[in-house]
Amino acid sequence: MFEFLMSEAVYKFVRGPLVWIAFFVCIVGSAYRIYSMISLAKKEKVLLPYLSLKYGLRSILHWIIPFGSINWRRHPIITIVTFLFHICLVFTPIFLLSHNILWYESWGISWWTLPESTADIMTLIVVFSCVFFLFRRIIASEVRFVTYPSDFLILTIAFLPFITGFLAYHQLLLPYRAMTILHILFGEAMLIAIPFSRIIHMVFGWFTRAYTGSEFGMVRHVRDY
Amino acid sequence: MAVAEKKMAVAEKKTEKAWGKIVDAGLDEGIKKLTPEKIEKVINKALAAMGGARLKTYVDTCIHCGLCSEACHHYLSNDRDPSFAPVAKVKQTMWPILKNKGRVTPEFIRRAAEIAYTECNLCKRCSMYCPFGIDMAYILLSVRRICHLLGVTPLYLQDTAHSHAVTMNQMWVKQDDWIDTVQWQEEEIRAEIKNPRIPIDKEGADIMYSVIGPEPKFQAQLMGQAAIIMNVAGINWTYPSFDGWDNSDMAMYSGDHEIMGRVKRAHFEAAFRLKAKKIVMGECGHAFRSIYDVGNRWLGLKMPPVPVIHAIQFYYELLREGRIKIAKKFKEPVTLHDPCNVIRGRGLGEMARYVTNAICEDFTEMQPNREYNFCCCAGGGVINCGPPWAKKRAISNRVKAEQMKETGAHIVITPCHNCHSGIEDIIKYYKLGMHTKFFSEILVEVMEIPEEFKVG
Ligand code: HEM
Ligand code: SF4
Ligand code: SF4
Repeated sequence: MFEFLMSEAVYKFVRGPLVWIAFFVCIVGSAYRIYSMISLAKKEKVLLPYLSLKYGLRSILHWIIPFGSINWRRHPIITIVTFLFHICLVFTPIFLLSHNILWYESWGISWWTLPESTADIMTLIVVFSCVFFLFRRIIASEVRFVTYPSDFLILTIAFLPFITGFLAYHQLLLPYRAMTILHILFGEAMLIAIPFSRIIHMVFGWFTRAYTGSEFGMVRHVRDY
Repeated sequence: MAVAEKKMAVAEKKTEKAWGKIVDAGLDEGIKKLTPEKIEKVINKALAAMGGARLKTYVDTCIHCGLCSEACHHYLSNDRDPSFAPVAKVKQTMWPILKNKGRVTPEFIRRAAEIAYTECNLCKRCSMYCPFGIDMAYILLSVRRICHLLGVTPLYLQDTAHSHAVTMNQMWVKQDDWIDTVQWQEEEIRAEIKNPRIPIDKEGADIMYSVIGPEPKFQAQLMGQAAIIMNVAGINWTYPSFDGWDNSDMAMYSGDHEIMGRVKRAHFEAAFRLKAKKIVMGECGHAFRSIYDVGNRWLGLKMPPVPVIHAIQFYYELLREGRIKIAKKFKEPVTLHDPCNVIRGRGLGEMARYVTNAICEDFTEMQPNREYNFCCCAGGGVINCGPPWAKKRAISNRVKAEQMKETGAHIVITPCHNCHSGIEDIIKYYKLGMHTKFFSEILVEVMEIPEEFKVG
């Protein structure tokens, strides 16, 4: 097993075709989910006419700003962890120097990158946020009551690419090559999981928020934040 | 699953301790006629007809974070019992229905109906607390739709829906009773003002005034008060003598969309037949929701086809335009309950405050208020589920009792029928020593009666 993980062939595969497959599944899968949601929405005749750009954006804006909504203000710790977690989760991989080098090698593109020490801290933030979410899920009764094994799976999917990335960078636990292969694999697993799991909240959340924002703003004439 | 299931058993036990096992023939007898095969067939047909864009997207987007819990008065009032959290209600109803593609047991349907009809008031407060704006009320109304199609509905609520189906009003009021009541009220208020008129079937009136079925049945004096206000303000108004005078709609809450559609159509048609310029509704919240949110959409109408305004807005306009003047403001300390369906549902919060301040001297806000206010726990058809559920309804709104007590008021203004009765129940249950009043009750007490209307 270990020999296999270390092998050149596996490394080449996860770095080559599998990356393409993962991005393809993620993007096409998510696009398909948006497409099928909108086609269903068109059949519910009284849905799309209630969308309002102004109020949809007003609602999204209040909710993507930390403490911008009533419920964010009620739960300062959850709010801070949620925002740090998501910011680090999304932006660390995009602006990581070593990812940029890979993109440059493959496609000849690169952009602004994070200082390595900052990226290191951001990675740890994701790791510890996952631990926080895990404990919250077990301790808080209202969260535990609605918890399914899939919720732990989603947390694990978010956790693994970051913890392995951290361990690889610091060359801990496993040899660099093996840990890197694991890291790439888990990263790809996360991309592939997006359209098929509740991580789709990353895509759908904007639509549901915009719809509720529109209803509350345009029809009900009240705030929803 | 295991963690959640174990927790559910515990939660159920706690629930039974507080109000005992509740017997409701509509639910208990209803499920006896069901088989798993029938349930599966009905559910799948219902889901296909719903379209499912919202249902599916909401269920797939919910990250099970529980952040909606504290929005719900049921959850807060039952000592944070997790089975009352908004997301928990969906977990116990729609998730298994979707996951098992409708293959659920009659006992499951019994519990789902109990949750959807009596543990959620469809108040949409939780939509303001969920980071994704997930609409629990929509999901639980869809559960009610399924229960209705399966014939499992609370007995009392079903009776009102039957009444709508047979008589087009909620309370089995016959047409001659209705006309009699209107004329009787015209006589009654002759003691208050000179030569009052309650015009029936007047074509081309500016306003068709509409009430809910329980007004002629139990609270006819409210119709009299409305008539005093109309006469003094010099409004060109009328009531229809025929079906459509009742603006209420319990079929909307039982899940009987077909009857809801017929009832709404009759209401709008009445205004068209009378060539009325607009409809003014009495102080009722769910009636407003039925024409502004749910019923109109079922009929494929984005907005009501005739302008409709709620009494709060009507009084606001009368006071602002000076058509009604205040002789002496109401002295007793009051607070104001914001009915979900017209405040969170139509943004009349500021107008309600304008009216309150115009007619009352000593007004203290509840906290929180306006669109953030807690529901009365009577709305959403819950009070219409009748006496079997009354104790549970009071226990499940302890937060409202605390919220009202804080204000130190003697009178709680409740510009909605369900809130009015439901809050009176809560006041009694928690022995708060307050009373509920409609705006109209205070308004007729404090308004100036001009010379020409003074009784001799
Ligand atoms: C960029 C778009 C995204 C947005 C707007 C977003 C939004 C949210 C929100 C509002 C919550 C609920 C708040 C909370 O539980 O603290 C949440 C929770 C969560 N999200 Fe996201 N998210 C996004 C992307 C992602 C991605 C890509 C993942 C990858 C796995 C993810 C994983 C999670 C997890 C694990 C939770 C916490 C669940 C728990 O309480 O256990 N999110 N997200
Ligand atoms: S009662 Fe109101 S807050 Fe509670 S679940 Fe229903 S809609 Fe949400
Ligand atoms: S707050 Fe929204 S996403 Fe979180 S559990 Fe409640 S409904 Fe689901």
